[in-house]
Amino acid sequence: MPHTLPDLPYAYDALEPHIDAMTMEIHHSRHHQTYVNNLNAALEGTGLEETPVDELLASLDKVPADKRQAVINNGGGHSNHTMFWEMMSPQGGGQPKGQVAAAIDEQLGGFDDFKDAFKKAALGRFGSGWAWLSVTPEKKLVVENSLNQDSPISNGNTPVLGLDVWEHAYYLKFQNKRPDYIEAFFNVINWDEVERRYQAATA
Amino acid sequence: MAFELPALPYDKGALAPYLSAEALDYHHGKHHQAHVDTLNALVEGTEYDRQSLEDIIQSTSGKLFHQAAQAWNHTFFWHCLSPQGGGEPHGDVGQAIVTEYGTFAAFKEAFNGIALDHLGVGWIWLVKRGDGGVEIVASHDADTPIAHGQTPLLVVDLWEHAYYIDYRHARGKYLEAIWQLINWDFVNQNVS
Repeated sequence: MPHTLPDLPYAYDALEPHIDAMTMEIHHSRHHQTYVNNLNAALEGTGLEETPVDELLASLDKVPADKRQAVINNGGGHSNHTMFWEMMSPQGGGQPKGQVAAAIDEQLGGFDDFKDAFKKAALGRFGSGWAWLSVTPEKKLVVENSLNQDSPISNGNTPVLGLDVWEHAYYLKFQNKRPDYIEAFFNVINWDEVERRYQAATA
Repeated sequence: MAFELPALPYDKGALAPYLSAEALDYHHGKHHQAHVDTLNALVEGTEYDRQSLEDIIQSTSGKLFHQAAQAWNHTFFWHCLSPQGGGEPHGDVGQAIVTEYGTFAAFKEAFNGIALDHLGVGWIWLVKRGDGGVEIVASHDADTPIAHGQTPLLVVDLWEHAYYIDYRHARGKYLEAIWQLINWDFVNQNVS
């Protein structure tokens, strides 16, 4: 079965007032849907139509050369957004917990230092892209950012938290004020999901 | 000497209904202003603070290049639009477009196609080639033809902030609106 748009795990207005309903609706039903449509179109006839998207991103050399950039852009767009929706929750915010909290303390200097580094990564991405907290192949946490829809998966890292810093993610509510949007995101981070992903990535 | 934000060459409500006053307020008053302000902060006390924007663009990369190029690109973009704009190109540019693309409609289709396929943010340009012909070029982020020795004739901003207030995700609708505003007199001036 070709790739499909996943339902949001909550209603469009569930993240109000931090992330507004109109942004969520356009972001999910228009932007994400377009990545899904374009990914399916790019994969048609390649024999890779049913390969899970993260598997494609992890081994781009298996994608025919003339489709590779389309898969990076649209497969990345599909994978990144799917994860992004799960990274947020109406019950989110606060501090990290469990093993990932301990790892943030040990490896990144604690939550405040991590938050500063993450903000810097999100603000330092000129143009459009993502900020990430990822686990390296050596099982170390790293804060990084990526261009456009490039996924950390393609560089061997496993993202456990991601923030979309394309203007479409925040323009209706925050306009040019990306720093305010980053602050708002911290109020909805689903740390249970970050912990689940961290445990899976380090198992 | 500090760089200054140039005034819009028309009233900020003058491009409605194609581009709203609110959109121009943010785009010119916040985004363009922020590039000028950040640029001034970066050049203060450096060898660049007496250079022209064009010189900075040609000799830098990274953060300084981004800010200088965005400041320059936006000023050029504002002049490419006019409340009296739109219609078909005339003069040298009209001729060069027909020579290269056959018809204005075919040119528009090619321009829109490249603009819609352009991933992420950037700009789409019509540039003059060394042989006198014209060519459509898309650039990523802040990149600009004047950094590559090309002569820009026309530009359209493809950053999401250029169209999100008026058109949301619909870049195609924004492009249709922009064609109603193109200042072909200015585009022709850039040929010489």
